[in-house]
Amino acid sequence: MKKLYYFDNSATTKIDERVLKSMLPYLKENYGNASSIYSLGRESREAIDSAREKVAKALGCDGKEIFFTNSGTESDNWAIKGVAFANREKGNHIITSRIEHHAVLHTCEYLEKQGFEVTYLPVKKNGVVDIKELKKAIRKETILISIMYANNEIGTIEPIKEIGEIAKEKGIYFHTDAVQAVGNVEINLNELNIDLLTLSGHKFNGPKGIGALYIKNGVRIENLLHGGGQERGKRASTENVANIVGLGEAIELATENIEKKGEYVKTLREKCIEGILEKIPDTILNGDREKRLPGNVNVCFKYIEGESILLMLDRLGICASSGSACTSGSLDPSHVLLAIGLDHETAHGSLRLSFSKDNTEEEIDYLLEVLPDIISKLRRMSPLYNKE
Amino acid sequence: MKKKVLIGMSGGVDSSVAAYLLKNQGYDVIGVTMQIWDGVSEENGTCCSLSAVEDARRVASKLGIPHYVFNFKKSFDKKVVQYFISEYLKGRTPNPCIACNKHIKFGELLKRANSMDIEYVSTGHYAQIVQPSKKTNNRYLLKKGKDSSKDQSYVLYNLTQEQLSKSLFPLGKLRKKKVRKIAEKIGLAVANKKDSQEICFVTDNNYSGFIQNQTKKNFKKGNIVDLQGNILGQHNGIHKYTVGQRKGIKTISNEPLYVIKIDTTNNQVIVGKEEDIYTHKLIAEDLNWIAIKGLEKPMKVKAKIRYRSEDAVCTISNIEDTKGTVLVEFKERQRAITPGQSVVFYDKDIVIGGGIITK
Repeated sequence: MKKLYYFDNSATTKIDERVLKSMLPYLKENYGNASSIYSLGRESREAIDSAREKVAKALGCDGKEIFFTNSGTESDNWAIKGVAFANREKGNHIITSRIEHHAVLHTCEYLEKQGFEVTYLPVKKNGVVDIKELKKAIRKETILISIMYANNEIGTIEPIKEIGEIAKEKGIYFHTDAVQAVGNVEINLNELNIDLLTLSGHKFNGPKGIGALYIKNGVRIENLLHGGGQERGKRASTENVANIVGLGEAIELATENIEKKGEYVKTLREKCIEGILEKIPDTILNGDREKRLPGNVNVCFKYIEGESILLMLDRLGICASSGSACTSGSLDPSHVLLAIGLDHETAHGSLRLSFSKDNTEEEIDYLLEVLPDIISKLRRMSPLYNKE
Repeated sequence: MKKKVLIGMSGGVDSSVAAYLLKNQGYDVIGVTMQIWDGVSEENGTCCSLSAVEDARRVASKLGIPHYVFNFKKSFDKKVVQYFISEYLKGRTPNPCIACNKHIKFGELLKRANSMDIEYVSTGHYAQIVQPSKKTNNRYLLKKGKDSSKDQSYVLYNLTQEQLSKSLFPLGKLRKKKVRKIAEKIGLAVANKKDSQEICFVTDNNYSGFIQNQTKKNFKKGNIVDLQGNILGQHNGIHKYTVGQRKGIKTISNEPLYVIKIDTTNNQVIVGKEEDIYTHKLIAEDLNWIAIKGLEKPMKVKAKIRYRSEDAVCTISNIEDTKGTVLVEFKERQRAITPGQSVVFYDKDIVIGGGIITK
């Protein structure tokens, strides 16, 4: 088989062998329902509790504050709807940003139809939420601020600590979608005033179909799913034991030596950014040069369509994306790129590469060898390019 | 190395089988579904709905070829939808499929293919391409599909020599029945999907409603008059009428009346008896010639004045004082020659060329 160059780790990651191994018993012989009292059930219960502790340890919180869900999307939905509905009598205003993932944006839009008011904060050119705008947006009815930890498309890391302090001072709940951050950057909940945090297993070499929501002790939140008494009565559904175990294992592995791994991935990122900007004219780096995820590269090549770039890369075995995987079905220019001020034409020519610890310098070399050719070929045929 | 071909896949029987045949012929086949229009409801499932994308993807995976989705919404809107609307506003009846083939499928898509070093584009059209030879004066020819009931050469008359040299129509030699059989044989779930008939971006065949929705215009009422200019009744907007139409003409007259002409200047619909809609002549512009380089002297050909009309014997000649227009004189009078539609000229089953009817 042709070698695969996997540069789309923001979309999903390869499952770690050790994670897979930890899961297998719970897909085979240890099939007990964690709610059952006999030994087979208790084994499942113990496995879940142990995974919960691993997640708590990785984030610096208490195990009782971790709730397993089916996905990052579910966690976002739960956090936002749950807080909104539980605190309705306190106020009906929510603040979020224009560059959130659709799991947050569409949930907020849904709440608008339910009578809530939502402020979608603009961001600066580098994708950082404007703190001044945030302060201005706060009203006495504001019950929730939801700002992502790091953006999934342009990799910008938001000033979470500052936002947390503002939220705390004003007595507003603060939720952060940390799906892209967990496992990539160090997060210590002890030092951050975060009330709710979303994470997703498959973004850090865990399995798909498992996420978690951190809910700080004391946060008033309603349930999203109603049914049995699982997850201490907060999230009904028979526990997906194997996936939960996998998530625990994955987060433990991902957060071990996280800084060192981050440094390595960052060297790949820097090599890639520098190479692209040097070799390909009329290219814009999106997002912040410094405050970005260690593995994120997002560039716009003017005058061409991202679709064509992806197709040509695909034919060479290079996996990349334009915008996020969740929106590439729609093919409309990314709301994130539009929010940072790009015009439609430019936003169409975007390419996102996201590296992981498993990528190598040689792989980046290969990319830098083929990409300039692809771009110049596509530009040669572009009516926009020839006009200039 | 295998030659590469980009095939437009709508998820329907024709393009699916076309992709299969190309693969069997040894091409490196890449499937593409073009997203061109948002406004279509799912139930109608025409070529640009999400379910069409899914169908196409499923077929591609069955055939073991890669499948991509390309966004052509912007150019489709500009080159096809807006053209469609503006023609109607001018009292003409356009054929958007011809515009789509010219600008999107064999325009944008072909351009993309070229830029990606892909040699050919292909579609599930029923038409054939004859390779250049001495016999063809070294020109690529466009020939009717073998299945005359499905022939689609009419909607392809705008293809240039360059476009023809880079296009493949694998269904050209097949009958629809055979295509369905192949689809069944290879187990395509779409084998029994019904043929699409209507204009893909207009649901329910309601053109005037579509134009009203898109333009948000209030169309002025006007008079329905006879050939002598006598007012017979009122209409609710000229965009609701097309030449030859009988429905929707409310007048004081008892006899059946048909639209003969749409007079935009005076916002009038001119009606007459059925015999009045038969004419001998038409003028066409925006010509594209395939079998010949250009029209030098009058030529006896057969012509289609709309997609499903019979071929009619006629003579075509240049109009001396207006460059780029031809006069078409029919041996027998034709019913409802409609400005905005295309006239396509044939020599037996070879497309000579064609143009847009102006009057």
